[in-house]
Formats: sequence, structure tokens, C-alpha cells
Amino acid sequence: MIRVVLPAHLRALARVDGELSLEVGDAATQSTVLDALEARYPVLQGAIRDRVSKRRRPFVRFFACERDLSHESPDAPLPSRVVAGEEPFLIVGAIAGG
Amino acid sequence: MSSVRVLVGTRKGAFVLEADGKRNEWKVDGPFFAGWEIYHVNASPADPNRLYASQTSGWFGQQVQRSDDGGKTWNPVGNAFTYEGAVGTHQWYDGTPRPWEFKRVWHFEPSGSDPDVVYAGVEDASLFRSADGGKTWCELPALRNHGTGASWQPGAGGMCLHTILFDPNDERRIFVAISAAGAFRSDDAGASWRPINRGLVSQYIPEPDAEVGHCVHRLAMHPSRPNVLFMQKHWDVMRTDDGGEQWREISGNLPTDFGFAIDVHAHEPDTVYVVPIKSDSEHFPLDGRLRVYRSRSGGDEWEALENGLPQRDCYVNVLRDAMAVDELDACGIYFGTTGGQVYASADSGESWKAIVRDLPAVLSVEVQTLP
Repeated sequence: MIRVVLPAHLRALARVDGELSLEVGDAATQSTVLDALEARYPVLQGAIRDRVSKRRRPFVRFFACERDLSHESPDAPLPSRVVAGEEPFLIVGAIAGG
Repeated sequence: MSSVRVLVGTRKGAFVLEADGKRNEWKVDGPFFAGWEIYHVNASPADPNRLYASQTSGWFGQQVQRSDDGGKTWNPVGNAFTYEGAVGTHQWYDGTPRPWEFKRVWHFEPSGSDPDVVYAGVEDASLFRSADGGKTWCELPALRNHGTGASWQPGAGGMCLHTILFDPNDERRIFVAISAAGAFRSDDAGASWRPINRGLVSQYIPEPDAEVGHCVHRLAMHPSRPNVLFMQKHWDVMRTDDGGEQWREISGNLPTDFGFAIDVHAHEPDTVYVVPIKSDSEHFPLDGRLRVYRSRSGGDEWEALENGLPQRDCYVNVLRDAMAVDELDACGIYFGTTGGQVYASADSGESWKAIVRDLPAVLSVEVQTLP
């Protein structure tokens, strides 16, 4: 199970509290995690990445294990501690605006 | 007894303000969608409990929220706005071609007869339609592709389609306005379009009387006279009596004819309201005095309405979608400011008071008159 933490606005949109757990199979990548997330919460389609191109929205960041994974390939394996459920995959709204 | 419900979109959420027909005591609900920009909330004339809200964010994109109980509860519906066919390009601020890209919904206009049919005016400028209560959206691409689209440029606020008006006698006849392209009309439910900007003169474009390129801020219509439209252009208040074939200026004695909002009295088709703003570089009222101007002659002759409005040190703006009228007798006039006030007049503008004073910056105001 992959642990996922959403920013407050997306938790409100998806009507969830706290951390999520997602089953993504053997190949845990940004893409497979987001596929599973959007499948369970369709309202998040388009809110984290573009619906068509699947590109990350500019003011959304992905962190895990104290690293910024935002610029890694969406198909790269996630860190082993995230795959093992020891660390969450953080979806973060960038600090910008007022 | 009748009542009114005022739907307010702000920079940080939506609010629903309700009062009985006296319009003295107000109940304020909200914020809904707290922290999100709510560009517009609008109600179906066919079902007053059916509301649509445009919820947007620079971080998380566009959501469309729908209420089926008059704004008490909301549920997200469809947010896939995909341009039809080859996307093509419009002009960017520097004149270079730029592909059309969906950014947000500026305005919802529900059908007068079917609560599941609603039109969305979006940035980058185009018109979308849903026939299933907002679950799915289809572009009406003939507007973007009618021939001048490649020359359209954004206004300072973005290239937005912000006004959608139906001829109440024939909903296939649609008027829209785009900043900064101008006004357009379809007579066949959006299958074909043409610019209706003859008579507009804009000194800020290379050819001041060009077919397109005019920064139209808002159109308004009285339902009894669908061929008469009033326009607040970037500069100039304009009027057409033939469905946009020809416009004439009606700024008359306005102290400044720059502004954003314009609306028409519910029972007097020739009574028009604007909020003059000092200039395109100073978006606040003249002399720090917030005054609505009313013409009872369909333009040219205007009177200042200021009773109850701040007459010193007021430097707010009133945005294009932030004025509305109710259908009670006497007609109520409402507008919201970028300072977070929503002002109401229950006597056609003679006197005003603030319903609320400290909301986030107001982007839009709509009013429902309920039985």
C-alpha cells in the first residue's frame, strides 16, 4: 500500500481526512499512484496533472523521503521506503500567491 | 411573500445572501469552497434550486460545482473542457501566435427552459455547452473558428468569454462578448457566428473601428427587448437597437465612461445602470466617491446615485460580472466591490446599503427572485 498525503484543498475536494492508502500493484510510480488516486476520487482528475497530457500542474509538487520528486520521470519507480509504506508520497501545493 | 437570494463569487470562496422581499435583514451563508476563486455562481431560471459555480485555482485548476437545493449543498460535476478539433492559435500580448489553452470558466449562463442545459464562457475564449447538468461539456467551436479567432488577443485579465445572453424569445439566438475581441452573435444555436462590432471605436487598437479587437467589458439586455443591447466597453458606454448590427455611443454626461459593470432595470427597459471607473490605468471611482449612474432614457443622460455609498476615500473597483438586479417591485440593484462590500438598493438605486462589508474581493454577483 502506498500512503498518500493530499494538500488541504484537495482533501476538501475529495472529501477525505488525513492520509490515504492506495493499492497500486508492483510498479509504484508517480503515474500509477496518480492513476489509482484519480480512479478512486474522480474529482481529482485535472487537479494534480493535466487530464490529457498527464503533465504535473505547475504549482503542484511531489515530495517523498525528504526529496523533491517533481522533476523525476512520472514512470520512475518511487523510493523503496514509499513502496514499503514506511514513508508517504506527499502531493503539495507550491508556496505561491496570496 | 417573495424573497431574494444573492449569489456572490469572491477571490476566496462563494457566499449566499438571503432576505425577504423587504430586503432589510440579510442572512449570510458561506464561504463555500473556501480559499478557491469563485468566478461566477448562477442559477437556472427553469429551476431556482439548480445553481452552478465556477471554482478555480491557480494550483489545482477548474472545478464545476452544482447545487440542487438552492446552495445549501454542492457536488462537483464535470471539469473536462476540451477544445474541439485542431486547437489553432490566437495572438499573445506581444502579437505572437499562441495555442488556445483552457484556463478557467468565467461565466455560466443556464438555459431559460431546461435546468440541465448550461453554457460556460471560458478563458481562453470559447463557449461550451452542457446538456446533462454540467457532467459533460462540449465546445461550440464555430465561434473560435469563424474566421477572426487567430487575431484575438487577451485583455489584461486574460482572453475571456465573459458575457452570454440569450434572446428569450428564441434561445438559438445567442450574444457573447470576449475581452479583447468584441461582441459576437449566433442566430442558429452556436452553429455559426459573426462579429457585431460596427460602430465601436477603440483608440487602443491600430485600426480603431476594426471588425474585432475591441475590449468589450460587459453586455446587458432587457428580456422584453432582445434587439436592444447595452455595452460597457473598455472606454465608452454603447447601445444597439438592432441586435448588434450598429452601435452608438450613449456615454453622454457620464463623468468618465470607463467601467466594467452594466445592467438594466427589471421593469424599465430604458433604465440602465453603470459604475464609472476613473480610467484604464486607475481602476477606482473618481475622486474616491463610489457612485452608480442611472439613465432613464436608454443612455446619453445620466444621474449620479450616491445615497448610502461611500463618498470619500473609496478606491475599490466593481468588476464586470458583479452587478445584478432582482425582479421585485421596486426593482433591487446589487453590486459587489473588490473591497469585499456587496451593496444593495431596494428602491431602484435611490438609496443603498451594504449587505456585507468585509468579504474577499467580489468577482461576481447574481440575484434570484424567489416566490
